Amino acid sequence: AYKYLNSLCYKMASIKHKNTKRIEGLDKNVWVAFTSVAADPSIVNLGQGYPDIPPPSYVKEGLAQAAMVDRLNQYTRGFGHPTLVKALSKVYGKVYDRQLDPFKEILVTVGGYGSLFSTMQALVEEGDEVIIIEPFFDCYVPMVKMAGGKPVLIPLRLVGYVSSADWVLDQEELASKFNSKTKAIIINTPNNPIGKIFSRSELQAIADLCIKHDTLCISDEVYEWLVYKGHEHVKIATLPGMWDRTITIGSAGKTFSVTGWKLGWSIGPEHLIKHLQTVMQNSLYTCPTPLQEAVGQGLLRDFELMGKPDCYFTSLALELEGKRDRMAAMLRQTGMTPVVPEGGYFMIADVTALNQDLSHMGDDEPYDYKFVKWMIKEKKLASIPVTAFVGEDSVKQFEKYIRLCFIKQESTLDAAEAILKSWNKD
Amino acid sequence: MIFSLIMQGNMSRKLHARRIEGIDKNIWVEFSQLAADYKAVNLGQGFPDFSPPHFIQEAFCKALNGGFSKHQYTRAFGHPNLVKILAKFFSRIVGREIDPMEDILVSVGAYQALFCTFQALIDEGDEVIIVEPFFDCYQPMVMMAGGTTCLLDLRLKEGCGPVLSSADWVLSPEELASKFSPRTKAIVINTPNNPLGKVYQQEELHMIADLCIKHDVICISDEVYEWLTYDGTKHVKIASLPGMWERTVTIGSAGKTFSATGWKVGWAMGPGHILKHLKTVHQNSVYHCATAAQEAVAVGFQREYDVFGTEGSYFQQLPKHLHEKRLRLADCLKSVGLKPVLPQGGYFMIADISNLNVDLADPSTKDEPYDYRFVKWLIKEKGLATIPVSAFFSPEHKDEFQKYIRFCFVKNGMFCSYF
Repeated sequence: AYKYLNSLCYKMASIKHKNTKRIEGLDKNVWVAFTSVAADPSIVNLGQGYPDIPPPSYVKEGLAQAAMVDRLNQYTRGFGHPTLVKALSKVYGKVYDRQLDPFKEILVTVGGYGSLFSTMQALVEEGDEVIIIEPFFDCYVPMVKMAGGKPVLIPLRLVGYVSSADWVLDQEELASKFNSKTKAIIINTPNNPIGKIFSRSELQAIADLCIKHDTLCISDEVYEWLVYKGHEHVKIATLPGMWDRTITIGSAGKTFSVTGWKLGWSIGPEHLIKHLQTVMQNSLYTCPTPLQEAVGQGLLRDFELMGKPDCYFTSLALELEGKRDRMAAMLRQTGMTPVVPEGGYFMIADVTALNQDLSHMGDDEPYDYKFVKWMIKEKKLASIPVTAFVGEDSVKQFEKYIRLCFIKQESTLDAAEAILKSWNKD
Repeated sequence: MIFSLIMQGNMSRKLHARRIEGIDKNIWVEFSQLAADYKAVNLGQGFPDFSPPHFIQEAFCKALNGGFSKHQYTRAFGHPNLVKILAKFFSRIVGREIDPMEDILVSVGAYQALFCTFQALIDEGDEVIIVEPFFDCYQPMVMMAGGTTCLLDLRLKEGCGPVLSSADWVLSPEELASKFSPRTKAIVINTPNNPLGKVYQQEELHMIADLCIKHDVICISDEVYEWLTYDGTKHVKIASLPGMWERTVTIGSAGKTFSATGWKVGWAMGPGHILKHLKTVHQNSVYHCATAAQEAVAVGFQREYDVFGTEGSYFQQLPKHLHEKRLRLADCLKSVGLKPVLPQGGYFMIADISNLNVDLADPSTKDEPYDYRFVKWLIKEKGLATIPVSAFFSPEHKDEFQKYIRFCFVKNGMFCSYF
């Protein structure tokens, strides 16, 4: 009887120690599932989005130097290390063509991810609707939910077959998603996973709706420098009427190929940024100092070179354009249909034409999840299923696509090419 | 009129979420700025003015030159090398097998570990017992999670000698017991305590543990200063007491452990069934922590594991070094008429300022508590930055504790020269 009571007590203890409502249902995560699978060194990993090319040497050196200074190993200013926020205000002041207050209009966060979180926690709550465009970087929906908000999804729709520009929003459909409860719309340009860069007119259409319905715009622009020839990255915050209602998010990790540094930033008007700062001071207070110093120094160096070919912002895009074209060619050769991205470092590919029969893998997952798992196992090539980036209602529209990352060394791309070339030989 | 406002882009609706209401003020933001503005000697905020130990700096340099992987994403819940050595290191101390993958979450400083803990476990309607004086973020974090704080004061015990020590501040058993209710979700303890420096003794922790078990309450134990104890005082982990591992989240800090507060590497440790909820918060908020810093901390812990308990251990050397600094500061404070409270552990010493009769004629601060006004006067007039201790009390109790200020003694400077 004692043992029974004891185990009953333990069960009751477990019930009381269960998760809070805010995280109910948010424990699953596509990255946790797929990154461990791809950790096997025999697998060519084009899945998770990080470079296997080294960061620029001056950025690494900057960190080594910063670590030698006593003061830079201790706490810095909570909302962003002065060297960094001043450098950001310089670089973005030029890009936005406006004076940016480094202390009031900028917040440094733990990656672009941390900026998204601070923004949601600061500005979204129960009763708020947030419009999210599919396919979306997967964390948007859980973050909106954790903040108590309701995600309202709208898919990009295919109108052509060549590039990411062929995926567009239906304007009537977009307008229908806005109502009096809409607190914000999240846009991501260049987009992950498709690589679409929203054109000025597309952004204007979104801006018009934001202004009409008095909503916020959260613009995730972490891939802002990775723009390929013939395309232009436009900041929605620079459109008339938009500065006061937009938070723009950037990332050191994507800018300098140092995803493991986890530094990002939010830029916007003081009356919005101050709320993000409140979240920051009540969640993690400050970001690592030496890393911020190094990013600041790196930005200052590239600020002087902006517009010139040896500015890293430009040179990385040039380097990646070659890889992009190479990857598209490899995929076409196999029979997949790549969607050539206008920006970013991902490419999605339609695998329909391969006619791969996966019925032996059961019925409980979308086709792309099965295909990705099959490809890891049979072909030793890792990618990410695109339906990880859409809601349930859009699964059918996207389940023939997989996402591949091309910010990889030539040797990695060689290995991928070898696999793709011999695809049909089995 | 409204049309033109909208066309200008000004938003007319309420923007911020309710969860951040009432938590926008922050003492560090306020006082760090003031110290910087007046270029004051900073004995306020808790960070060393000396470098981290050589072996840790070396480890960091090695990490950042260690190939591309050290600059890219690592495992979200903690870099494998780090969680493995943390598990090994603390298993030996806690006396049980800690699973590196299930029982540990690496966070952006202990601050973020606290945040994940409150967000994961505290819902609207939950009560959290907080012992005053407390590290100031606990209460706003409970509020942001929708919980209610239930405050319990450490009190000066009867019959103290003229020389005060942090050991003289104790919990009343009856008062402690009275704070537990069916709505109590958790109790937060901080040992060694900031700002007092109190190190909870075995009996005190047993008293708390018994109540946690009786009322099925979670214990959140902030132990960031765990290696800094003086006068032979022993740090006891409440998670090592019977019945406590399965209900305790223990929080630690590489910043305080290795004198590198700017690295912002911390952790939460506890049973898998609780840690998994902290992980859910983490993966939906920051997701990863910086890789190179984690690698360096891992190397640091491996080194300390190997020399643990010996003279060469940093965990022996640092408290030895600070032991003297602490006494030196206490002497300086006494020499100018302040009454210091000698801490048993941690980075800080509080001192009673009521003997000084300073004319704080500063109209800009006249509505503030006495210690806030004194600290501001000290910054502006004497170029010395400290922190008012009432900042570590709830708004409800600030008035009762206006006569102490807090000094950080983890500094290489000559204290007496500042006075």
